[in-house]
Amino acid sequence: MEKYRLFDHTADIGMEIFGRTKHELFSNAAWALENVLLTRGEQCTNSGRRKTITVEGADVADLLINFLRELLYLFNGLGLVMKNCTVAECRTRRLVVQLVVEPFNDREHVIKTELKAVTYHGLNVEKIKTGWKARVIFDV
Amino acid sequence: MSDIKLERIDHNRLLIPQSGAMNVPGIIYANEKLRELLKDDESAKQVVNVACLPGIVNYSLAMPDVHWGYGFPIGGVAAFDLEAGIVSPGGVGYDINCGCRLIGTNLSGDDIREKIDDLTKALYHYIPSGVGSTGAVKLSGKDQKRVLEEGALWAVKNGFGRAEDLEATEDGGKLPGADPEKVSARALERGKQQLGTLGSGNHFLEIEIVREIFHETAARSFGLRKGQIVIMIHSGSRGLGYQICDDYLALMVKHARETGIELPDRQLACAYLNSPRGHNYLAAMACGANYAWANRQLLMHRTREVFEKTLHLSPRELGMHLIYDVCHNIAKIESFAVGGKIRKLCVHRKGATRAFPAGHELVPPRYRDVGQPVLIPGDMGTGSYVLVGQAKAMEETFGSACHGAGRLMSRTQATKACRGRSIARELYDQGVIVMAGSKGTLGEEMPEAYKNLHAVVQVMHEAGIAGKVARLAALACIKG
Repeated sequence: MEKYRLFDHTADIGMEIFGRTKHELFSNAAWALENVLLTRGEQCTNSGRRKTITVEGADVADLLINFLRELLYLFNGLGLVMKNCTVAECRTRRLVVQLVVEPFNDREHVIKTELKAVTYHGLNVEKIKTGWKARVIFDV
Repeated sequence: MSDIKLERIDHNRLLIPQSGAMNVPGIIYANEKLRELLKDDESAKQVVNVACLPGIVNYSLAMPDVHWGYGFPIGGVAAFDLEAGIVSPGGVGYDINCGCRLIGTNLSGDDIREKIDDLTKALYHYIPSGVGSTGAVKLSGKDQKRVLEEGALWAVKNGFGRAEDLEATEDGGKLPGADPEKVSARALERGKQQLGTLGSGNHFLEIEIVREIFHETAARSFGLRKGQIVIMIHSGSRGLGYQICDDYLALMVKHARETGIELPDRQLACAYLNSPRGHNYLAAMACGANYAWANRQLLMHRTREVFEKTLHLSPRELGMHLIYDVCHNIAKIESFAVGGKIRKLCVHRKGATRAFPAGHELVPPRYRDVGQPVLIPGDMGTGSYVLVGQAKAMEETFGSACHGAGRLMSRTQATKACRGRSIARELYDQGVIVMAGSKGTLGEEMPEAYKNLHAVVQVMHEAGIAGKVARLAALACIKG
């Protein structure tokens, strides 16, 4: 199953994310964000530390936005790159995700795109035949 | 594709009649050629969405560089009543007070012809640019608070410029009402290390030459002459501004849900201007705006240093003076005549430039006889324009004009279109040296990715909103 794809938006970057379950949707969203932000060099190390993110939201779309906002802050604000992502708890209004993160290092990571923010514009999360589908636009 | 009905008012304007939940009609500045481009995106729909917001006055407006944004269209202008109206962080944008500054010099093209490579390299190395770049100025908590309160004044007080620079900056480089207490710890943290950095994406620093003068009197007043070297800087409030917008947008989305406010798009989340949430946002936004002015002031200071060192000329010989600094992502409380009465309104300019005419008290005294300089940067190949604000802008657009060419292609389309091409080489062959942090940025920002700047500017000129003063051509460009 396709994990995510980018769609055209005049000024920004649009992303459609898929998952067989809600757990998978959130996990795929995290990797999709990371793939847009940067590429990894070959010298990938195993170092890293654990970090737990807990977000709340009014509905699944709100949860997704708040989760992506946290991940983006992790990178833009704290300079941390995600190495692993496990969705530990996924309820209607609460999401707990365990991450392994490492500090950004320009020998190992190459920045691809500066994402300013995750927007609410055209935000949509829906159940489809094969599971879940989300649509998010990032401000570049 | 948008299915919004557009009626032509005149050669340069289209009307979206009021219907459904719209509180006012919409007006888009576009000639027939630019109208064609509207068919391929959602910007007309976004003009309609903005028209549905409470307390909007007269019209939901779009300038000729309008394109699909998030929430508000980019190139959107909307004014709101202070009592019945709202303020929307999405209507200002993430890059609060993203804007341009134009620096004049005593130099002519011949003076730098042999040195342009050295100048470009020195600017690229000395001015931090690119994603996550950090500046040479590391702010203490105390200093950062002063930056947020004082804007460009802080920079000048600390040796990064001259008092006369402030006179040529919109609002003197300091928006009143800034309260750092209303800015989150996250935003403050992000701002500490980024002062004096250009950023990435469409932000740039360009060495340009004045190619054509259209309005002699205004050009003379602005200190522009044919063949003169000028420098255009385009940057904003960096991570601090993005974080302020992000924080307040999330708060307002939550508020809208709790109070049952119906929004056509969550990105339009807003608060009433006379509510504590509205006040808090404006106080935080002013901090972001002031940070951006201090940022551009520092970038200009660095540019002056690079020119002095590389060309071995004194400040007096170089004569590098600020022509003007405008913001194009902002919400401002300004006064306008509406229905024969002067009313204070909150004007959102999301990708739009203030364009006040001659005689307006907010135009710096040195330009008051001719009007405010309006800086319109174009794509890397086309160059830029300097316009002057005109009286009709006060009647029709809440004193606003376009802010650039406006994107035409998405970044993915542009990347695909430039596959197998060297954009840097193509520009070099046209006489433009480009240095950029990444090849990707160059492709995304290729000239064809934008609308025709000349056509966009011509609409503003013919509509009597902002008149053409000078056309500038790029000689060298540094990008993040």
